[in-house]
Amino acid sequence: MHVGIIFLLVIIGSILFHIFTPWYWTDIASNWGGMDSTITLTFWVGGGVFIAVCLFMIYCVFRYEHKEDRRAEYKPEDKKLEKILTWATTLGVAALLAPGLIIWNQYVNVPKNALEVDVMAWQWGWQYRLPGADGKLGTTQVRNIADNNPFGINPDDPFGKDDVMIESDVINLENNRPVKILLRSVDVLHNWYVPQFRSKMDAVPGTVTFYWFEPNKVGEYEVLCAEYCGVGHYAMRGGVEVQDKADYEVWLSEQETFEQLSARYEKLNVDGNKLAQK
Amino acid sequence: MSDEYDNNKSYQAQSSEVLDGSAGSINPDMDYVRPAEIPEQDLYHAHSFIQKWIFCQDAKVIGVQYFLTAVFTGIVGLILSWLMRLQLGFPELAGFMTAEHYYQFVTMHGMIMVVYFLTALFLGGFGNYLIPLMVGARDMVFPYVNMLSFWMFFVAVAVLMASFFVPGGPTGAGWTLYPPQTILEGTPGSGMGILLMLISLSLFVIGFTMGGLNYMITILQARTRGMTLMRMPLTVWGIFTATVLAMLAFPALLVSAIMMTLDKVLQTSFFMPTILKAGEVLEYGGGSPILFQHLFWFFGHPEVYIVALPAFGIVSDLISVHARKNIFGYRMMVWAIVGIGGLSFFVWAHHMYVSGMNPWFGFFFATTTLIIAVPTAMKVYNWILTLWRGNIRINTVMLWCLGFIVTFVNGGITGIFLGNVSVDVPLSDTYFVIAHFHMVMGIAPLMVIMGAVYHWFPLVAGKMLHEGLGKWHFWITFLGAYSIYFPMHYLGFIGVPRRYFEMYDSPYMTSAVGMNEFISIAAFIVGAAQFILVFNIIKTLKTGKKAEQNPWKANSLEWYTSTVPPEHGNFGERLPVVHRWPYDFSVPGAKDDFIPQTTAPSEVANTEVEKT
Repeated sequence: MHVGIIFLLVIIGSILFHIFTPWYWTDIASNWGGMDSTITLTFWVGGGVFIAVCLFMIYCVFRYEHKEDRRAEYKPEDKKLEKILTWATTLGVAALLAPGLIIWNQYVNVPKNALEVDVMAWQWGWQYRLPGADGKLGTTQVRNIADNNPFGINPDDPFGKDDVMIESDVINLENNRPVKILLRSVDVLHNWYVPQFRSKMDAVPGTVTFYWFEPNKVGEYEVLCAEYCGVGHYAMRGGVEVQDKADYEVWLSEQETFEQLSARYEKLNVDGNKLAQK
Repeated sequence: MSDEYDNNKSYQAQSSEVLDGSAGSINPDMDYVRPAEIPEQDLYHAHSFIQKWIFCQDAKVIGVQYFLTAVFTGIVGLILSWLMRLQLGFPELAGFMTAEHYYQFVTMHGMIMVVYFLTALFLGGFGNYLIPLMVGARDMVFPYVNMLSFWMFFVAVAVLMASFFVPGGPTGAGWTLYPPQTILEGTPGSGMGILLMLISLSLFVIGFTMGGLNYMITILQARTRGMTLMRMPLTVWGIFTATVLAMLAFPALLVSAIMMTLDKVLQTSFFMPTILKAGEVLEYGGGSPILFQHLFWFFGHPEVYIVALPAFGIVSDLISVHARKNIFGYRMMVWAIVGIGGLSFFVWAHHMYVSGMNPWFGFFFATTTLIIAVPTAMKVYNWILTLWRGNIRINTVMLWCLGFIVTFVNGGITGIFLGNVSVDVPLSDTYFVIAHFHMVMGIAPLMVIMGAVYHWFPLVAGKMLHEGLGKWHFWITFLGAYSIYFPMHYLGFIGVPRRYFEMYDSPYMTSAVGMNEFISIAAFIVGAAQFILVFNIIKTLKTGKKAEQNPWKANSLEWYTSTVPPEHGNFGERLPVVHRWPYDFSVPGAKDDFIPQTTAPSEVANTEVEKT
């Protein structure tokens, strides 16, 4: 008797925990509300099944506790019941899968007007690059990376000259404009993850991966590394500041381009050489 | 529908195997089962202490050796989890622990629990002990290879444990060992530690292959007379299918371990692209880190079912015996085990939705993953339908089974979240994943292991474990483990990433501090509660109640040996002959509420047996 009651309390406790939990989603700040809705749908369908199965089990424990003078039913199979259950489950699963696939289809098809952002990761930090006036990012290579070329841009690539370099772990984004995050890493796996944006993808050395989102709430957000990358993983944080168009453009105009950066280094070099000659 | 069961009703026969229920028409031929085509096995009987207890060829002793070694690794894994929880819940008390230590503990805990504890315990432990007994064989078909299998496992464990004592310590690469970080500086144990891990895994696979061949061939070739495949207990079906999976999946682990060893030692570039570290370009280039992930999860996902399928099988038998009712839908259960096993090779990349693989794979793997939910759900329905209209003994064994159903269904449903590709995006790499897989492949199989220990201990040791202690053990473990992992899902909803040594002061994570403390306390208690079982076993061996033969009134062959505990050779002079499936409980018309598999139809002529 008490066994059934304790199990029942576990189920009731789980439901109460869900209703009263202070621990739940951060407020969403991107277009991926569909992910939240699919989670909610899965939660109620799945939670319903969980509760139903457990309640049925608890009922059996109450109702059919062992008695010496009683015998269990003898019925090895019930084809009809098994068939109904199989089809009901299949339908339920398909109903959950469909929205999941629809949203995935959106996730892997990036809108044409998305701003490309090159997110470069290393142990343990981030930096960012935006396309310049030509709207195109220059190609890169790990071997080109040097003090005067922190992103490894191919020097011969004309598209690279006007790329905007952001040698900081914080990037600003324009509110309500889709962003295509292009991820790359110079050493190990990383993952550029902002919980409020819901989306994420690994940065893999040797290749460029991507995902997209559209920030829709002005504010500052913390970037977390979501793929284990060695002993500094937990400390590999960054930031995003989502701004309105006007503020964003002011910020953007203050950033240095690759050409400017190269020129600055050249000057430094010349000055340095002069210093050495003296 | 009335709950009262009508004893007089007889059911329509459903297959050609089935015997007509009416008493007069029993075919006398049914008592006769054609002789085995293989002559009796010649057993090598031990002559000395060493042959009997150390380098032993008796599958039962090997099973116990596997069990004890696996439990030893499990206790190491448990202590590591305590240390991790200390850091997460009470970092001020864990001042001795650096991030390096933490990641090493995380890694070793994961690898030990999945491979060296659960896999070895289910297949090496239960497989060795139960297969020959349950199929009516005198021993495994290759006893010498079987002995080697255990000792190879033993060496693998020794090598693994040695990595705690080498310079740099054990690897801290995470149990998934994702390159490139695994073999680069910046990850703890990237020198000796990772090499020992890879060597140990390779030894494990070699040892396991020896054992696995034995399990498969024994089940296929050494079943006793009348033991058709569709009369085997589901335990044997589960272990058999898991072994087939292991035979196909472990080679992927072996080759990836070898390739990574070469990358580490000879600077090959299987998994290593061009890498810039500390301002220098390393001598690697052109390799693919994602290739490793494919190989790893091609092993890693079937591995989940290598642990789960034996648990499914065992729990089916335990529920049936203790509910005094045949397992509901036996054929469906068998096909579900086989189907899940087959499907498990087509779902591996659901671990990699956000790995950077071609995103179009997501559609395929989400679909296959959710398909596998259907046979899995059927198994759950059949377990609870077995309880329905049963005559359920609420003893310790049944408690563990009920605990299994709750935790497994819970963990199975969170699996539908993570399998459903776009739902996985916000949840992957968060504590939701940790909660999910601990619930479904940590706690649920552990519940089955514990149930199985209480169920078969009388057979192995000839004594009954103490019920009162067993119930305390269950309730603390179940309630504690549930309160560890149920709330942990909500950390994942917040977005707390896994494998974080500490959280600092991320605004939305400060609320999680209280929960982390609670989870840690629960983890300390649950871990400590496991020593109730150790105490129970020691106490029972010393002063416990002697077990009668077949104390649970079960039908399967392991309870019908010539002696309890069974001696070498298991069945005395003659092997048993099997006439029916092992689930003839509460058959209408039978004197007792169980009919052993060895009972011939003519001995129970008045019963209305549906399936034999």
